[in-house]
Amino acid sequence: MSTNSVGEEQQSGLVLRGVGKDLGGRTIVDDLDLVVAKGELVCLLGPSGCGKTTTLRMIAGFLNPDVGTISIDGEIVTRVPPEKRPTAMVFQNYALWPHMSVFENVAYPLKLRRTPKNEITARVHEMLELVNLMHHEKSRPARISGGEQQRVALARALVQRPAVLLLDEPLSNLDAKLRVRVREDIREIQQRLGITTVIVTHDQDEALSISDRVAVMNSGRIEQYSDPTELYRSPATRFVGGFVGAMNTLDGELRGGADSTVAVVGGVTVPVDTPATPGTAAGDRPVSLGVRPENVLLGPVEAGASAKIIRSIPRGHFTEMVIELATATGEPTELRAYLDDRSPIARLGPGDAVGVRLHSVLSYDQDGRLR
Amino acid sequence: MPVSTMVTKIARQVLTVIFVVALLTFIVGPLLWLAIRAFSTSWTYPRLLPDGWTLQWFGRVFDDPQLFSSIRLSIEFAITTLIVSSVICLPAAYAFSRFDFPGRRVFLIGLFATNAFPKTGLYVALAALFYAFNLMSTFGGVVVVHLLGTIVFMTWIPAAAFASVPRSFEEAARDAGGGRLRVFFTITLPLAMPGILVALIMSFLASFDEAQGTYLVGAPEFYTMPTEMYSLVLNYPRQVAAVFSILLSIPSVVLLMLVRKHVMGGQLAEGFQIR
Repeated sequence: MSTNSVGEEQQSGLVLRGVGKDLGGRTIVDDLDLVVAKGELVCLLGPSGCGKTTTLRMIAGFLNPDVGTISIDGEIVTRVPPEKRPTAMVFQNYALWPHMSVFENVAYPLKLRRTPKNEITARVHEMLELVNLMHHEKSRPARISGGEQQRVALARALVQRPAVLLLDEPLSNLDAKLRVRVREDIREIQQRLGITTVIVTHDQDEALSISDRVAVMNSGRIEQYSDPTELYRSPATRFVGGFVGAMNTLDGELRGGADSTVAVVGGVTVPVDTPATPGTAAGDRPVSLGVRPENVLLGPVEAGASAKIIRSIPRGHFTEMVIELATATGEPTELRAYLDDRSPIARLGPGDAVGVRLHSVLSYDQDGRLR
Repeated sequence: MPVSTMVTKIARQVLTVIFVVALLTFIVGPLLWLAIRAFSTSWTYPRLLPDGWTLQWFGRVFDDPQLFSSIRLSIEFAITTLIVSSVICLPAAYAFSRFDFPGRRVFLIGLFATNAFPKTGLYVALAALFYAFNLMSTFGGVVVVHLLGTIVFMTWIPAAAFASVPRSFEEAARDAGGGRLRVFFTITLPLAMPGILVALIMSFLASFDEAQGTYLVGAPEFYTMPTEMYSLVLNYPRQVAAVFSILLSIPSVVLLMLVRKHVMGGQLAEGFQIR
C-alpha cells in the first residue's frame, strides 16, 4: 500500500487487509484490500459469484476470513462474533421477524442492550419517523409492503447506531420505480447520519448513482476502486468497462500522434477524435480497444470509416444503432452506437451506409488492463 | 344440458352420499355406540336404545382407587415423557436442521427404525436389557419405553419446523447483538413453536396410548389407563370399559381441538418432508 496508508487507516471507518476466504474448496475472496473512509458510502459491485456477498458477510462477522484482517474505526475485529461487532446489516430478504410487530422488530437490538424502556420507545420512534413508518408501528411485517419492510429493516439497523452499516442487495426485491426512490432515500439518510456504509449490489446503475466510491469485484478480487465518474470514464480493466455501462470491444490498436490518432481495426483505420489514453500503442503486442456506445459517432459516409447499419433500436430518449464496420479482412466487426433522436442519421435504417468516427477510445493490453 | 352429463352428475352425487354414509357408519358409529353404552344401565338386543340411562359407571370408575390411580399415572408418564423427550430430541432436531454433520442422513432415517420393527419383538429385546439394568417395573423403565414411541415425532417434526425458520432471521438477531442462546430462545424457538406443539401433542398421545411396552415393563407395579383396559375388558361390566374408553380419548380430542389450526395447516405433513 501507499506510504500514507497508516494515516489513512486511522481515519478510516472500515479497513480490509489481505482478506481471503475459501468455501467448498473454491477461492471466493482472494487477497482483498479495501479502505472505506468514515462517513463514506461504498458499493461492492460485481456479477453473481464474484465474492461481494462473502466479503460483506465477513465484515458483518457471519464468516471468518481464512487470512487477512478486518478493522473498524482502528480496532481489529477479524475474530469478533457478529453480536459484538459495531456493524448492522440490512438483509436482502429484510429478515424481519414475523412474530414481532414493526415496533418490536426495531426495539429488539435495544432490548438486548438492556436499554431503559422509555429510551427504547424514544429511539424506536425516532427511527420510525426517520423512515416514515410511525403509522405502522403496531403492524406485523407480513402486513406491510415490500418497500415498507425494507425501511423497517433499515430502521432496525440504524437504531443500533452502528459504526458501519451494511446492506446486502437492498433494492433487489423492489420494483423498478420504487428502486430509484428508495436508493435516493438510503443515500439521503446515510449522508444525514454520516454513517460509514457498504452496499452489495449487482446493479451498476444503483452503484453509480449513490456511491462515493465503487469497488468493482470479479472472481474474488477488486478490479477497480474509484469514484463513479472515474469508473465510467476510464475503466481500469476490460471487465470493468463491460460490466459498468455498455462497452464496444474491438480487436485493434491506436496509432498516430496526439492530434491525428486513428484506430486500426481489422486493417481499416477509423478516425479517433480524442483518445482517452494518450500516446500510441507500444510494440507489436495485440491489444483491444474499448469504446462506449455514446462515443461511437455516426455521420455521413465521407466523414469517417465506412460502415453499414444492421439494426436500429428505439430506446425512448435515444436510438441505439448496431452497425457493421467494413474491414479489410472481411471479418465483420459489430459496433453499437447511441444516437440523439434529432440526428439525421437516426432516421436511417438497416442497410444504409454511414461514416464512423470514435471518441474517447480506451486501449487495453492482452491482460485486459488499461494501458 | 345433455341427459348423459346429468346422469353422470347424479350418479356422482349418489356415490358421494353412499361413501359418506359408509364412512360415518364405520367411524362415527362405533364411537356413538360406545358413548351410549357408557350411559346405559343395560342395552339388550334387539332394542335400538338402551334399557335405561345412568351415570353409575362413571362413579364406579372414579370410586375404584386402582382405576383412578391409573388415570393419574398415565398423565404423569405422559408429562414426564414429554419433558425428557423435549430435552433429548429438540436439540437433536435443531442439529438436524442446521448442521450438516457426517452420518446426518443415517441418523435421521435410523430414527424411524424403532417404528419399523414389530413392537413386541422390540420390547422382548428391550426387556432383556432392562433386566440387566434393573429397569424392569420401574418408573424410569416405563418412561424409556414411552420415549421410544415419541422420538420420531419429536425429532422429525421440530427439525422441519426449525429448518423452515430462515437462517437470515437468526443472523439478523445475532447482528442486532444477540448471543446464540438468546437468539434461539427469542427468535428460532417462537417461530418453530407451531411445529413443536404438533410434535408435543403427537408425543403426548403416543405416550398416553402406549399399552404393550408399558404392560411388559411396568406390570405389576405400574398400570396406566391403556394397560388397565386389558383387565377392564375381561373383568368389569362392559359399561365400565366404555366409560374408560371415553376418558382415555378425552385428552386426544381436547388437544387436537386446541391445535386444530396448526395440524390442519399441514405442519404434520411438512414434518416428514425434511431431507
